[in-house]
Amino acid sequence: MMSDHAAAVEFKQVSKNYGSGYVLQNFDLIIQSGKIVTIIGPSGCGKTTLLKMINRLIEPEDGTVLVEGKNVSGLDPVELRRDIGYVIQQIGLFPHMTIEQNISIVPRLKGEKKKALLARTEELLQLIGLSPEQFRSRYPHELSGGQQQRIGVARALAANPSIILMDEPFSALDPISRIQLQKELINLNERVKKTIVFVTHDIDEALKIADQIVLLKDGQIIQTGSPAELLDKPANDFVREFLGVERFNQYSI
Amino acid sequence: MDQFWNTIQADWPLILEKTGEHINLSLISVLIACVIAIPVGIVLTAYKRLANTVITTVSVIQTIPSLALFGFMIPILGIGTKPAIIALTLYALLPILQNTYVGISGVNPALIEAGTGMGMTRWQILWMVQLPIARSIIMAGVRLVAVQTISLATIATYIAAGGLGDIITRGISMINTTTILEGAVPVSLLVIIVNVLLLGLNRVLTPKGLRQHTKN
Repeated sequence: MMSDHAAAVEFKQVSKNYGSGYVLQNFDLIIQSGKIVTIIGPSGCGKTTLLKMINRLIEPEDGTVLVEGKNVSGLDPVELRRDIGYVIQQIGLFPHMTIEQNISIVPRLKGEKKKALLARTEELLQLIGLSPEQFRSRYPHELSGGQQQRIGVARALAANPSIILMDEPFSALDPISRIQLQKELINLNERVKKTIVFVTHDIDEALKIADQIVLLKDGQIIQTGSPAELLDKPANDFVREFLGVERFNQYSI
Repeated sequence: MDQFWNTIQADWPLILEKTGEHINLSLISVLIACVIAIPVGIVLTAYKRLANTVITTVSVIQTIPSLALFGFMIPILGIGTKPAIIALTLYALLPILQNTYVGISGVNPALIEAGTGMGMTRWQILWMVQLPIARSIIMAGVRLVAVQTISLATIATYIAAGGLGDIITRGISMINTTTILEGAVPVSLLVIIVNVLLLGLNRVLTPKGLRQHTKN
C-alpha cells in the first residue's frame, strides 16, 4: 500500500444511492498524484458520480472521499472547488465574458491582483498554443469548438490547482480536434504535472491518454491498471469486449 | 390655426405641470414593480412548481379592466396618487416577473454547472452569470411595462391622481380637440422617448459577446 502522501484522491468505502439502487457501493479507489487517470465504463456505471464526489458536486451517502489526505466533507465546498480544476463536456465558457475574463475567473474569485491575472492569462494562452494578442479580448462564440475547449482547459489551470477533473471534455468535439486535444493534453501534463481525473466513455481515448485506467461496471471496478496492463492481461471477458476484441487479434499476431 | 397656437401657448404651463405629474406617476410605479418583480422572478426559478401558480395569479390582475381596477382602489385606499401608483404597479408586475423568470431559467445549465464546479457561490453565479445573460430579456419586460404604464397613467385622472389624463378628460368634456391633443401628444411623445432611451440603454449595457447572436 502506498502512503497517503502520494495519493491525490482516495475513496474509502463510498456508497451512493439515487433511489433506484446503488450507483456505488463500498467503493474503494486510490488515485496517484501527477498521473492522468481515466475513469471509463458503460453509461450509468457511476463514473460521473465518482468524479463529482471529488469536488462535492455530489455528496456520498456513506464512506469518505479524501483529497490530498483531507476528508472533503470537512472542507468548505466553495474553497475546495476553487482549488480543483474542472472541465465539462459542454465547455461552459461564459458567453458574455472575453477569453481573458473566462480564463482568469477562478483567480479572480480568489481575489488575486489584476496585474498577476494579466500575466497568468498570457502564460496560459501560450501554454495551450493560442496567441494572447489574438485571442485575449475575443468572445467564446468567435472561437471554434476545439479552441473553446482549449480555453476550458486553460481556465481549469488558471488557479494552479494540483488536481483537475475532466468530465468527457472532448466528446462533443469533431474527431480531428478531439485527437489533437488528446495529444496536447498529454504534452501539457508532461510539463504541468497535475493529477488529472478524466471521465470518458471512449476506450480509444482512455488507452491513448491514460497513465492509469479505471474500468467500471455497475459501480464496481472491473479492472484498473496501465493501458498496457489492461491489454496484456484483461481480467475477464467484459474487459476484453470493452477494449474491443479486434484489438486483441491485432496484438496476438 | 391661430386659435390652436394661442390655446397651446396659454395652456403651456399646465401641460408642463401635468407632464411632470405623469412622469412621476409612471416612473414610481415602474420602479416599484421592478423592485418587486425582479427579485421574485429570480427566487421563483429555484421553485419551479410555485412559479406557475404565482405567475398565473399575477396574470389574473392583467385581466381586470384598467378602469375597473382604478375604481376598486377607491373603497380600499381612497383617491389620489397613492392608489393610482398601486394600480399601475399591479399592472406592471406580470411582464417584468415573466421576463425575469424566463430569462434566468433560460441560462444554459452547463454555465451554472461550470460556475458551481469552479467554486462560485450562488450569489456569484447570479451576479456574474445569470443576470448579465438574462439582462436583455428582463430589460425588454421593463421597456414593455414602461410604455404600457405611461399610456395607462392617463386613466389615473379618474381617481384624481393628476397627470396628462386631466387635460384629456377636460378636452373630452368640452368636446375640444385641441385640448384633447394637448394631453394626448405629450403622452405619445413620452412613450416614444422612453422606449428609445431604454433601447439605447440596453444596447450599451449588453456585453459584446452577447450581441448579434442568441446562443446560450
